[in-house]
Amino acid sequence: MSLWLNIKRVARYGLIGFIRNGFVSLAAISIMTLTLFVISGLMIFGSALNATLVQLTQKVDVKVYFTTNSTDAEITDVQKMLESLPEVASVSFMSRDDALAQFRERHKNDQLTIQALDELKDNPLGASLEVRAKQTSQYEAIAKFLSTQQSSGTIAGSSIDKVNFYQNKTAIDRLTNIIDTTRRLGTIVSIIMGLASLLIAFNTIRLAIYTSRDEIGVMNIVGASRWYVRGPFMITGILYGFVSGLIVLILLYPITLYISAPLQRFLGTFNAFAYYAGSFPIIFFVIMASGIALGALSSYLAVRRYLHT
Amino acid sequence: MIHYDKVTKVYNGGQHAVEDITLSIEPGEFVFIVGHSGAGKTTLLKMLFAEVIPTSGLVYFNSRSINDLSNSELLKMRRNIGTIFQDFRLLPTKTIYENIAFALEVAGKGDDDIKADVPHVLELVGLADKMWSFPLELSGGEQQRVAIARAIVNQPAVLIADEPTGNLDPINTHDVVEILKKINNLGTTVLLATHNRSIVDSVGKRVVTMDQGRLIRDDREGKYTL
Repeated sequence: MSLWLNIKRVARYGLIGFIRNGFVSLAAISIMTLTLFVISGLMIFGSALNATLVQLTQKVDVKVYFTTNSTDAEITDVQKMLESLPEVASVSFMSRDDALAQFRERHKNDQLTIQALDELKDNPLGASLEVRAKQTSQYEAIAKFLSTQQSSGTIAGSSIDKVNFYQNKTAIDRLTNIIDTTRRLGTIVSIIMGLASLLIAFNTIRLAIYTSRDEIGVMNIVGASRWYVRGPFMITGILYGFVSGLIVLILLYPITLYISAPLQRFLGTFNAFAYYAGSFPIIFFVIMASGIALGALSSYLAVRRYLHT
Repeated sequence: MIHYDKVTKVYNGGQHAVEDITLSIEPGEFVFIVGHSGAGKTTLLKMLFAEVIPTSGLVYFNSRSINDLSNSELLKMRRNIGTIFQDFRLLPTKTIYENIAFALEVAGKGDDDIKADVPHVLELVGLADKMWSFPLELSGGEQQRVAIARAIVNQPAVLIADEPTGNLDPINTHDVVEILKKINNLGTTVLLATHNRSIVDSVGKRVVTMDQGRLIRDDREGKYTL
């Protein structure tokens, strides 16, 4: 018999099984929809967590203040040295004039300070470099490097007035800790939730196939090959996954739209709807692939139990 | 054609279902296997299509030991043995047409053959008008006739019937036995396990009597003697 004819028959029986066992299909789809919701929820949660942590990380920096008589060349030297460090993500320069302008802007309502500043003949503020590390735990290494430069006696090193890391060390350490713990907890919670929902979906499909165990026995006796028995159940399982995936992908649209504003108030920059719209191809792939793979694999394993040949 | 050679089956609990049975059946025979419940009739029949594997001894079908068959050979052999059971064992979510077509499909028949064979075999058992019904919409007698149609549609060499009339009233019982006799007249070997005295006595064919797993009588033209 041609393979194509077999595939056609298996697909037809799979579809027929899906439609005729309407109630069982409905139950399986409901549970799989919940499972896929959990998976999509974990994706959104993971992304929100990441965005929030990145945002927090970006709030941390190390500032290098230069003495007022430092030349541009000396500052550029230090900037180049910093940029060559593997831990450094970015270095931005603030000139003396910019620092003064910023200071004035910040204290524009404080007449006393502005008057005191005006009485000075010269700009009292030095230029500075704002250094961002790739990870918060790397600030200490960068600060150490700067201290070594400062005490090494080179011209560039001696132009450094002070480095503000040590004043902020406790806060940075604490933040590093919070970020690490949150990431670890997030991963553990995701794995547990993901596994639990996968198991529930798997058991639902097993139960659905349990109702057909006698039928599988009859197919065995009539002389049907393993794949001819298994195939239609797997097609039905794939249809469960496909329909559930479709439901989840459609429902995520209004849900993310609805939760975006309250979530943003709570988390800051993360926008759930923008994430859904922007990462739709990835979400589509993950949800559909999980649903279809889960349906097919669960059916495969469940039928295997009742196949005697 | 069929040969049981010193076959014993001991189930996990230590119960001897079949003990040291040697039995030969020739092509075209009609053989009753009789005995009380628990005598080992079903176990003996199930060994023929390898649903039960003997603890010791060998079962031969067409001179080949069933135990030595590969998986694909076993499936091929099963397609050459029709089976009927007391509880009908139809596929409940498939129509009568699909139930019979399924047996033809697994035997590798094309769609055109199936379209021709299914109505024909349903006509033989008198159910041509029920083709698109589901099994649960039919009476017990009708369901058993569908099971017979499914069992014979591939024109098997052997038809195994395990208490096929156990759930049927006398009229349906008579109909089923008549169909089985007709099939046997066309050359199919029929093995029928039963404890229905009247059908054994009315047909007057070979009777193999079992008791507590042992073969105690084998009469060429026998009666129900338990």
